[in-house]
Amino acid sequence: MTSAPRTRENKASADRLGRLLNLVPYLLARPGILVAEAAAAFGITERQLREDLELLWVCGLPGYGPGDLIDMALDGDRVTITYDAGIDRPLRLNPDEALALVVALRMLAETPGIGSRDAIERALAKIENATGDLVDTPVAVRLPANAEKVDAIRGAVERRHALRLTYYTAARDETSDRVVDPMRMLMVGPRAYLEAWCRRAEATRLFRVDRIDAFTELDEPSAPPARAVPHDVSDGVFHPTPDLPLVTLRVGRGSRWITEYYPCEEVRRDGDEWIVTMRVTDLGWAQRLLLGLGPDVTVVGPVELVDRIREQATTALDQYAAPAPATA
Amino acid sequence: MSRTRTERLVNLVICLLSTRRFLTAAQIAATVPGYEHDPEDPRDHEAFQRKFERDKAELRELGVPLETGLSSAFDTEAGYRIAHREYALPEIPLEPDEAAAVGIAARLWQHAGLAAAASSGLAKLRAAGVEVDPQATLGVEPVVTVDPAFGPLTGAARSRRAVTFSYRVPEVDEPSTRRLQPWGVVCWQGRWYVVGHDRDREATRCFRLSRIVGPVRAVGPEGAYTPPADVDLISHVARWSGPIERNGRATVLVRPGRAAGLRRLATETVPGPDGDRLTIAYSDVEWLASRLVGYGADVRADGPPELREAVIQQLKEVVARHERVLPAVLR
Repeated sequence: MTSAPRTRENKASADRLGRLLNLVPYLLARPGILVAEAAAAFGITERQLREDLELLWVCGLPGYGPGDLIDMALDGDRVTITYDAGIDRPLRLNPDEALALVVALRMLAETPGIGSRDAIERALAKIENATGDLVDTPVAVRLPANAEKVDAIRGAVERRHALRLTYYTAARDETSDRVVDPMRMLMVGPRAYLEAWCRRAEATRLFRVDRIDAFTELDEPSAPPARAVPHDVSDGVFHPTPDLPLVTLRVGRGSRWITEYYPCEEVRRDGDEWIVTMRVTDLGWAQRLLLGLGPDVTVVGPVELVDRIREQATTALDQYAAPAPATA
Repeated sequence: MSRTRTERLVNLVICLLSTRRFLTAAQIAATVPGYEHDPEDPRDHEAFQRKFERDKAELRELGVPLETGLSSAFDTEAGYRIAHREYALPEIPLEPDEAAAVGIAARLWQHAGLAAAASSGLAKLRAAGVEVDPQATLGVEPVVTVDPAFGPLTGAARSRRAVTFSYRVPEVDEPSTRRLQPWGVVCWQGRWYVVGHDRDREATRCFRLSRIVGPVRAVGPEGAYTPPADVDLISHVARWSGPIERNGRATVLVRPGRAAGLRRLATETVPGPDGDRLTIAYSDVEWLASRLVGYGADVRADGPPELREAVIQQLKEVVARHERVLPAVLR
């Protein structure tokens, strides 16, 4: 199959042809539907929809006489198809459409703690069945399963109650209690999060479910204020800002993997070593991470962090000057 | 495409859906409005042929199954028709809760191409009479992102076509060119992998999509190989997916009020005069040692001896790597 390079105009008109072929069966299934409602369903203006109808009106079966053309009754704001000229069904799903829907449904079915799993699985089976020979979609999905906890928290979120959380904050290495107004639960990559208005921080926060050590459902309703805006997580959860401290590391071959796990500002090659810079929310967190990263990682800056790491390690070593206690 | 072209294409679809016989290009030209021309005039005829080729390509791109064939043994020229059962979306009797699930699924994709495919698929379901509640939620929303290689690799796996791509592993300096017969794509723990037969290693291999550099190129014909029957794609990626056995028992002394992250791992906490004594179950000594080293002087590993030794060794390395740089070197 050959096709000319597609201009934007071509694309728009191909979209229109696809829409017209959908429009006839759509209206056929909904006699007397409001023109405005149909336009909204197709994401177009009422005027565009009326133009589509005018175009369809002059299309039909060969002969193109009164009994051959697509016919409809326009009754003020409502429209009813009275003759479909054979376009009584939409087109089959193409392979890309089938893939996008089937994989997304498999994702949903695998998402821990999700409601209506049964409905998702029934829908998946029906869509797979309808896609016929495309049923063998070569995509498999497995998400981690901490389902019970996610499920329990989701229950509270759906009952729209405020929650008291015991939460471990890794950046400060502390566990603390706070009351939050839940907004939604989401999975980003392998992790489940509760997004909620934190009454203590007076801000919207994403709480990692695996760091919620305990929670109590309160009697009062969840009431996030109007200024509680959900995070945009389409691009991940951690969005470093320029005001955060910048840490520079010298990374040997064996620890280069850290550049795949932590968002880095820059990775530069220096012989066999990589010079990696990353922004961190907290130098204390960076200290805990970097102390434990192993022999392939050396902190180059800031000097303050280098000093802290050396002093911590030296003081820690002093504890082992005496022989191991007999209790061990 | 002008209104006249759109009109012509709608009429072409209706005409070819209504015919049982294959219609030749000349018969179509004589029937469908917009193809009028003088077949005796070579230039006019050539213009018609170009127009008709473009229109066929347009319909095929849209997914319209154009059939070609001969109506009878006496015909010399192939004709066209559209079989309704090939064209039409089969009945999908979705219950309201199932339709809601499909509607939510169609909203998951952050990737522009897949998002467009999902919403045009959903538009077809709605055209078939399915009512989708746009307000429905399922309580937990997965945010699904895919790497650019996802599209080409699933396409190649579907058509059983070999691919080649450039692959970068962090430990290796230069990306290498890999040749793969892809069987399928797997999402495991939030990351995407492709599983298939590696033609250079002559073995089953999986590759992380985020490590693929540049384009994935399809090589050779479609249907070039057959994946093993009943292949379990997940099992090739998740080879170490069993539960972790934490048979080791560590004793760690922690300063009061410090090392909250470590306290969360403890199976037992006994307060004492010089701090809290934690019992931590572990499977890998080096892993736990790294965690303890991270807490610096707030913790002390008291046992077992191999843990204590591992911590001391790691701390010594940290000190050696972070010796104070002499001012002369800085200048």
